[in-house]
Amino acid sequence: MTKGILGRKVGMTQVFTEIGELIAVTVVEATPNVVLQVKNAETDGYSALQLGYQDKRTVLSNKPEQGHASKANTTPKRYVREIRNAEGEFNAGDEIKVDTFEAGEYVDVTGITKGHGFQGNIKKDGQSRGPMSHGSRFHRRPGSMGAVINRVFKGKLLPGRMGNHKRTMQNVAIVHVDVENNLLLLKGNVPGANKSLLTVKSTVKVNAKHPEVKMAGVSTSAVTEEA
Amino acid sequence: MRQNSILENITSVQLRSDIPDFRAGDTVKVFAKIVEGSRERIQLFEGVVIKRKGAGIQATYTVRKISSGVGVERTFALHSPRVEKIEVIRFGAVRRAKLYYLRALQGKAARIKERRRDV
Repeated sequence: MTKGILGRKVGMTQVFTEIGELIAVTVVEATPNVVLQVKNAETDGYSALQLGYQDKRTVLSNKPEQGHASKANTTPKRYVREIRNAEGEFNAGDEIKVDTFEAGEYVDVTGITKGHGFQGNIKKDGQSRGPMSHGSRFHRRPGSMGAVINRVFKGKLLPGRMGNHKRTMQNVAIVHVDVENNLLLLKGNVPGANKSLLTVKSTVKVNAKHPEVKMAGVSTSAVTEEA
Repeated sequence: MRQNSILENITSVQLRSDIPDFRAGDTVKVFAKIVEGSRERIQLFEGVVIKRKGAGIQATYTVRKISSGVGVERTFALHSPRVEKIEVIRFGAVRRAKLYYLRALQGKAARIKERRRDV
């Protein structure tokens, strides 16, 4: 059973943990998501929660969208995503807030990576370049196309579009949950540019050995008391 | 670059307000907390500040001292909760912000003139 929420990447900063280490965190803003539809095995063939995130102007929505949202007594949403096999009982119209998660938990974060455009093998696939001098004439090329069989093998690394892929980072620690401002602080980096959509779900690979990382001095006064 | 206001609000909780005003060239005493096994003790690190770097929560400073003939530099996070307190014991008059040149100097040559302060 998974928990999940949709959010927006705000950016990165640093915070001190409880043991006084300064770590890099990504801030995710997840204003309350609305459950637009509850799918179950009998009617839909699978169980899922359909979440809507971020309001949009009604002129940007069409009639079917408005009708779908009105079933959950809400306005059309900019982003609609499903969470399969969601934990807990929900009805259409319920809100999911950041407090479904707590600090110390581990999550998987899905986003669309930054697009880099058309790139060569060296940047895109991490290949090495040839010598730049001594008449080598082989500088940044993709190398041999393989055996002469009148075609190129599938999967041969060649220049092409880089980035703008859907990617999931597994086992990302939640450092702090700010319920008041609808913020999640995640340890380290996550895919995507700032302001892009992120799906945060409880992790599929639970590892009990993971240490709990928590932000220090969250109750405002704790840091000054220590100091 | 101006920081996003959301990011600023998050880190503002952890910023310390009890940090004295000091700059490169000043001599400071840093009361660093050290955890040995289960007990915590204070370790004193006294020396010349050779640089201050960064702003906000990312701000750091580096202190250089000569310990039994060997130069030792330690970089602390300015707002670190693992520093009990910072004491400024001497204000130095220097003409640059990063005193990397001190690394090449020893003894008399590595002295720093005292800065006059109008209080």
